[in-house]
Amino acid sequence: MEVDVKKLNTILNKYGGDKPYILAMFQDIQKEYRYLPKDALKYICDKLNIPFSKGYEVATFYKAISLNPRGKHTIHVCLGTACHLRGGPNILDAFERKLYVKKGNTTEDGNFTLESVNCLGACALAPLVRVDEKDFGKATPVTVNKIISEFKDGE
Amino acid sequence: MVEFKINGKLAKGEKGEPILNIARREGHVIPSLCYHETLGSDGRCRLCVVEVKKGNRKRIVTSCLYGAENGIEVYTESPDIWLVRKTVLELLLARCPDSEIIHHLAGQYGVKNVRYTKDEDKGKCILCSLCVRTCESIVGVSAIGTSGKGPAKKVTTPFDEPSDVCIGCGACVVVCPTGHIYMEDKSGVRTIWKKQFELARCPKCGRYHAPVEQLQFISQKSGTPVDELLVCQDCK
Amino acid sequence: MTISPEQLDNIALEYKKKVKIYDKVVKICCGTGCISSGSLKLYDRFKDIINFEGLSAKVLVKITGCHGLCERGPIVVFGDDEILYQSVGKRNVDEDVKLLIETIKSNKIADKLLYKGDDKTKRYVSPLDIPFYAGQNRIVLSLNGTIDPEDIDEYIQRGGYRALYKALKMNTDEIIDWVQKSGLRGRGGGGFPTGAKWRSCKDAEGQPKYILANGDEGDPGAFMDRSLMEGNPHAVLEGMIIGGYAIGSNQGYIYVRDEYPLAVNRLLKAIEKAREYGFLGRNIFNSGFEFDITIFRGGGAFVCGESTALMSSIEGKAGEPRAKYVHTVEKGLWEKPSNLNNVETWACVPHIINNGWEWFASIGTQGSKGTKVFSLVGKVKNTGLIEVPMGKSLKEIIFDLGGGIQGDKKFKAVQTGGPSGGCIPAEYLEMPVDFDSLTKLGSMMGSGGMIVMDERNCMVDVARYFLTFLVEESCGKCTPCREGVRRMHEIVERICNGNGNKGDIEHLEELARAINLGSLCALGQSAPNPVLSTIKYFEDEYRAHIEDKKCPAGVCKALIKFSIIPEKCTGCTLCTHECPVKCITGEKKEAHTIDQAQCIRCGTCYDNCRFDAIKIE
Repeated sequence: MEVDVKKLNTILNKYGGDKPYILAMFQDIQKEYRYLPKDALKYICDKLNIPFSKGYEVATFYKAISLNPRGKHTIHVCLGTACHLRGGPNILDAFERKLYVKKGNTTEDGNFTLESVNCLGACALAPLVRVDEKDFGKATPVTVNKIISEFKDGE
Repeated sequence: MVEFKINGKLAKGEKGEPILNIARREGHVIPSLCYHETLGSDGRCRLCVVEVKKGNRKRIVTSCLYGAENGIEVYTESPDIWLVRKTVLELLLARCPDSEIIHHLAGQYGVKNVRYTKDEDKGKCILCSLCVRTCESIVGVSAIGTSGKGPAKKVTTPFDEPSDVCIGCGACVVVCPTGHIYMEDKSGVRTIWKKQFELARCPKCGRYHAPVEQLQFISQKSGTPVDELLVCQDCK
Repeated sequence: MTISPEQLDNIALEYKKKVKIYDKVVKICCGTGCISSGSLKLYDRFKDIINFEGLSAKVLVKITGCHGLCERGPIVVFGDDEILYQSVGKRNVDEDVKLLIETIKSNKIADKLLYKGDDKTKRYVSPLDIPFYAGQNRIVLSLNGTIDPEDIDEYIQRGGYRALYKALKMNTDEIIDWVQKSGLRGRGGGGFPTGAKWRSCKDAEGQPKYILANGDEGDPGAFMDRSLMEGNPHAVLEGMIIGGYAIGSNQGYIYVRDEYPLAVNRLLKAIEKAREYGFLGRNIFNSGFEFDITIFRGGGAFVCGESTALMSSIEGKAGEPRAKYVHTVEKGLWEKPSNLNNVETWACVPHIINNGWEWFASIGTQGSKGTKVFSLVGKVKNTGLIEVPMGKSLKEIIFDLGGGIQGDKKFKAVQTGGPSGGCIPAEYLEMPVDFDSLTKLGSMMGSGGMIVMDERNCMVDVARYFLTFLVEESCGKCTPCREGVRRMHEIVERICNGNGNKGDIEHLEELARAINLGSLCALGQSAPNPVLSTIKYFEDEYRAHIEDKKCPAGVCKALIKFSIIPEKCTGCTLCTHECPVKCITGEKKEAHTIDQAQCIRCGTCYDNCRFDAIKIE
């Protein structure tokens, strides 16, 4: 995949080319490309003058960064304690069944990536599902259907 | 200089010097896997644990990182120490069932059978990170590093692909305590970390000794011309 | 720009004047919880109608941070706690907006939107009457739900940045003395005396020194820090600046979880405003002191809530902890003296400065002073955020403020301290909640998460849940945690699946002890706690799984079977419709049956049946 060097330079400059901000740079790149492309990772490491292996270590340590292309929409099913007690696993189950995809993976049509997350901090509204930046509290199997149809075919 | 006690006997060392160093110097036995004299330690394997009594407080610490202080009492053996070491070894044996050195150490600490399902995909790697630290600090190229976290953590080249910066020196193989890293020299070619290196031939005796890339690297760093480096250590 | 105290007073006055022209102030909660229930849509629609009706000159509509009663969101409050409406716009935005307009125009209270307790005859108009709020002592959260978190002028009008001004005129040793005497202990989990930490950092050698705020609230079930950062970000900033002055640092960092984008947003806005007004930057209040704050966003790693892992992350590395034989107050971020406190701890500081250390020390218990914010979640009726004095009993918190167990089921246990903590059973409900009492029971305060469980929760499953969490979040650096926690998980998983063996409990206890003693950091050291505490108080449940291959709570899927009792089944077909895999068949008004081969054991039918016609065996 071709990465736009201009975009990468903008991101580098946003953080003053400072090494400590490598994770923030990765997150910005991911927002742009929906994942962290290998070429982008290499470019950032070269510009920051850090070994490729060290950049790779950071990219693979943090769950927020994906080295594989993600779907158009990311579904985060919260599996925090409160959500677990109130049926979070059943919601994840429902998504896995309806979308024919296991957690951590992307649907064949590239529309959805299904992830679990360990607590989004909206515990009073358990079980919670976050799709991109939208939260759905007190999710039920009905919510699962609603989400799939609402975000289908790139909304 | 500070003075303190190890197993009741007087010991002396520099302030802040790892107790492990001092203890071994004084003849005490403490096992370790991830500690190296030159590279130091991160406290990963936890085998070198000891009990330290400071005033009223007693705690278990890794002797590779805990610095010597005046007046402390160190104990290298105790039921809790034994429990930690034995558990660590049983866990490592479950992870690396083919490792001879782990078998040997585990036997010393009374591990009779492994009560866990044995891993088949970890090889002999105990994640001591000596290879990574060697490549970073001694060789200086950082061709390998760790990836992932938790039980999925492993040592690898980025994306598991042949590394642009690896010079095939094999320092990682030498420093690995379990012999996990694969390296093969055959017909003038070295294979390591999925990369193949042309081995240099000594002009004097004709044997293959080091990868050409490694010699070029050393030449660049030291200023010595490559031709001189082509002569193997035995013929020098 | 440096601000003077007179200017501060002016801003407060101007703000007061600005608000006085309005007849009515309506506050709409826009914390993450209420937003997910639709409060932003409500806000937009309501503002539209206000404008349409020509009321915008008379009615001030504000967004606020989290009120705490998230269960009943979206929450709308009129004036200074005059009226509280719940679930506004949840079902029908337009209908409810109409009711809000009516309240404004004719002071008619919409009964439909009022808070309802168990006693349906009791009418709650003001939030102060509701037991959930009445039992609280809101200090850290005092402005949450009152002020617009994006309006610095309102923060100032409510007394904001007065503590900073006062502190900058005090001697730095005096400030530390006050914090020490106040008895404030870390609110992030460790409970370490804050004043002592500040003192050590101040005395440590090395420059520059760093002030750090831990906003990486990762405990599942906890959202205190989120609400604070979203609802009153300036409180955290003010505390940090005071800390920086006292300790001798000019640079602060707030590390915020990646999963809290709204908190990051509000903090960034607050910092921008604080810089504009001169509370951050050079020569603050003409004192010569300079300080600035940078936000660092986490990457989705729970372990980064550990202080040395957090610092490692800020340094641009993987979030691996390191040994703390040399404390971080001496060698922390970039090997320099660093003082890390939780955001809630920082938010306590301005109050201590404003009201004096004696005031703070007069609240709470002997060993635990002040108040604590808790997230009360799980099987309790009023789930949400509360702030109570240290020492309040679990019973009061769960049954008075919390309203008791949902569905009036039986209380079984409450989990405190997240994955590092433990479960506390019913016999200890009268215990006061403070650092030392909880530790004595085998749990810990942790960051303040309180997860209430009832008879339909299996304690072995709870242990398995926490172990699954910890296996995923372990950084993998040291052997006992990386290898040991997953092996504990293996054993508990076997037990839940009906493959437990005699000796498993003893094995777990031995492994737990080794992991506790041998792990490098607090994550590993405390990882065995959930297992040990559930074994301690619910050993019979473990034995039922191991010896009888039964799950008494009816949770562990491999050990249970749902079946319909034909005599009790009325054929109402509710279960047929609710079943996610459609494995229930039956004619209307006739007994139904569950196809065991298809059944995924989710329990939806059991939870929904109104005739007790489904049994778990």
